[in-house]
Amino acid sequence: MLLSIRSLTKTFPGTRALDAVDFDLRAGEVHALLGENGAGKSTLIKCLTGAYRRNSGTVTLDGAPIDPQSTAHAQELGIGTVYQEVNLLPNLTVAQNLMFGREPRRWGLIQTRAMRAQARAMLAGYGLSLDVDRDLGTYSVAIQQIIAIARAVALSGKVLILDEPTASLDAAEVRMVFDVVRGLREKGLGIVFVSHFLDQVFDLTDRVTVLRNGRKIVTTDTASLDRVRLIEHMLGRELEDATSHQALARGPRPPMLEFRGLGRRGTVEPFDLAVGQGEVVGLAGLLGSGRTESAELLFGLRNAHSGQARDQKGPLNLHSPRSAIAAGFGFVPEERKTDGIVADLSIRENIILGLQARRGWARPIPRAEQNRLADDYIRRLDIRTAGRDKRIGELSGGNQQKVVLARWLAMNPRFLILDEPTRGIDVGAHAEIVRLIHELVEQGMSLLVISSEIDELIAVSDRVIVLRDRRHVAELTGDQIAPNRIMQAIAAPYNQKERAA
Amino acid sequence: MNTRALPLFVTIGIFLLAYAAFWLQFPNILSTRVVGNLLTDNAYLGIVAVGMTLVILSGGIDLSVGSVIAFSGVFIAVLLRDTGLHPLAVFMLLLALTTAFGAGMGFLIDRLAMPAFIVTLAGMFLARGAAYILSIDSVPIQHPFYDALQGAYWLMPGKGRLTLIGVVMVLTFALGMIVAHKTRFGASVYALGGGEAAARLMGVRQGRTTVLVYAFSGAMAGLSGIVFSIYTGSGYSLATVGTELTAIAAVVIGGTLLSGGAGYMFGTLVGVLTMGLIQTYIVFDGSLSSWWTKIVIGILLLAFILLQKGLLKLSQMRLAKGA
Repeated sequence: MLLSIRSLTKTFPGTRALDAVDFDLRAGEVHALLGENGAGKSTLIKCLTGAYRRNSGTVTLDGAPIDPQSTAHAQELGIGTVYQEVNLLPNLTVAQNLMFGREPRRWGLIQTRAMRAQARAMLAGYGLSLDVDRDLGTYSVAIQQIIAIARAVALSGKVLILDEPTASLDAAEVRMVFDVVRGLREKGLGIVFVSHFLDQVFDLTDRVTVLRNGRKIVTTDTASLDRVRLIEHMLGRELEDATSHQALARGPRPPMLEFRGLGRRGTVEPFDLAVGQGEVVGLAGLLGSGRTESAELLFGLRNAHSGQARDQKGPLNLHSPRSAIAAGFGFVPEERKTDGIVADLSIRENIILGLQARRGWARPIPRAEQNRLADDYIRRLDIRTAGRDKRIGELSGGNQQKVVLARWLAMNPRFLILDEPTRGIDVGAHAEIVRLIHELVEQGMSLLVISSEIDELIAVSDRVIVLRDRRHVAELTGDQIAPNRIMQAIAAPYNQKERAA
Repeated sequence: MNTRALPLFVTIGIFLLAYAAFWLQFPNILSTRVVGNLLTDNAYLGIVAVGMTLVILSGGIDLSVGSVIAFSGVFIAVLLRDTGLHPLAVFMLLLALTTAFGAGMGFLIDRLAMPAFIVTLAGMFLARGAAYILSIDSVPIQHPFYDALQGAYWLMPGKGRLTLIGVVMVLTFALGMIVAHKTRFGASVYALGGGEAAARLMGVRQGRTTVLVYAFSGAMAGLSGIVFSIYTGSGYSLATVGTELTAIAAVVIGGTLLSGGAGYMFGTLVGVLTMGLIQTYIVFDGSLSSWWTKIVIGILLLAFILLQKGLLKLSQMRLAKGA
């Protein structure tokens, strides 16, 4: 075994990011490390590269225990890493990048000619014909990634960690990078491959390890693994205890909003979406499949390159969140801490924020009205707090989420987008938010709910749209809204004609 | 060719073009006297611009240098007047002082993660204030060694005088080129200017590099102060106000990217000489107000900023097409 991790644990204040994780890497294999957000992939990698220090557990490399203190130290030990971006410096030449920190010198001065020759030697065997004197930034991202790999291999030489190296590459470029990775596997390197793209995992890797909530779920041969099982491992759900569609059986809804051909190059393929009044549409898919990006297009956070939106009265303008809000849209973002709350403001101030922005700063909402609104929502949403003027940063995650919801409800939107509304909140608050979703729908509000938890989607959705690799691939209604159907739609491989309905 | 090098060639082109246009009107411009004076009159600016180039390449800025030059002049003049120290000893003292001053600013910038703009702005007031405390009046320097320094020159063919301070500037640029382009420290400076996160990943010791960059700039400002005191023969606390901005202008006109990471030391030399050439033209013409220098420098600066933006767009477009 080249690299062997035994019961590695890493805790941060309040959370256990990794809980007794085992991981083995053989020489000459590509080993996929998979998991959804918060599964602990990045933490595990950071423990290996010296960015974090583990709390307990052992790591052995070539049989010797190691404890990387820094990226440089990990490199010396033999562990090199290539990230999705910012690996190298675009303003230096290829040769300077490859040889950085190890330039051949005489009398303290860099020997440019020798440096060039050594850089060329480093690139030999990667199948590239490059001018090493050109700036790195003039080459495509794929070639930059290969150069970063060449540098990491030359510096470390035993273990290569590829952290989503293909996230910003197109298909031909991915093939190019994969050829390089396969060549390195032949040479006997142990390669850890982190990716959200399942096709790439099946294409490239020999074994797969899945993490979920900081625990190792399984390690198995890629060839023996079935896609649906893999997704079950990642999302944490057994098909056997399938719950049925719980959303109230209601008749067809009167149409309200219609989006046609909405898309953005490199982000989401064009998609159509119709939302009825009082309807809940669920978006399912793995991390990186384009769920959040779709929502951001709808809310004008990202500008669409194509498509249009209209309601019963006529076309809608959605080029910015401001215009989307004017059209009666609301968006509760996934990253509550950075995009949702203003931690230093009070609960009252957080609730009236949106309403006040719509009125304009010249017409402040009277304090009495603010107090009334805040108290009203604290009561209605059952926000647990000592009072309306407490700093929101001091509340628990679930209560913060309710305040963000209250902010939007105060503005009475007709279409509200909830991106992972129950992420990181406890079970009790979880149930309350699901109950709240049902209540809002009763009142005629339309919702778009994004969630990684299939149970949650099943519980609330009238319709579930499945995304894969930045594409809307399936739409499930009625009885089709069941865990196995959703997982199959997520798992279906490329170039298989699918349109479940 | 790398687009990064293009501004350098544009700078050289503009300089040669300006020189040619100048020559058509005043053939005398080719005489070694003009060349000698160009070097002598811009020696202090060139030396301080060497330090500024390195600072800007690292992605920073040093606003203190103008005040440090003035402080240096007053420091030398007062010490020579009030103590029996030999000028060389005073020079050593001064260089140690300004280098430490720069290093201290670099340390604060790195440790407190403060913008270089603010820290060196404080340094600018500090150094200027220290100069005032030493002396409010202009202090003449009278020392036989100074007379020797001021009188030292090599008579070039054509009666042009290559003065000692002109030679010091040229040597400083040679040193600057070696430091920037031929050492690992120089590579680290470019790396920091190109992107701090990537630079750290590649093993750049950010703190050490930042301290050294500002120490280097402080040393250059001290050397520039010595040269300026030889040039003017006095120390005056009101001297060289705004020189830091002129130096920044010279660096940018020399083709260095103000946001850091791209540029050449040689370009700064050409930038300094271009600015000197404009001044010389106005003196030759005789009818123009010397404020025209400022206007032309302003236009040149603007042109270079536009050029760099344009190049950035161009290389992005080329990359998009090629990829």
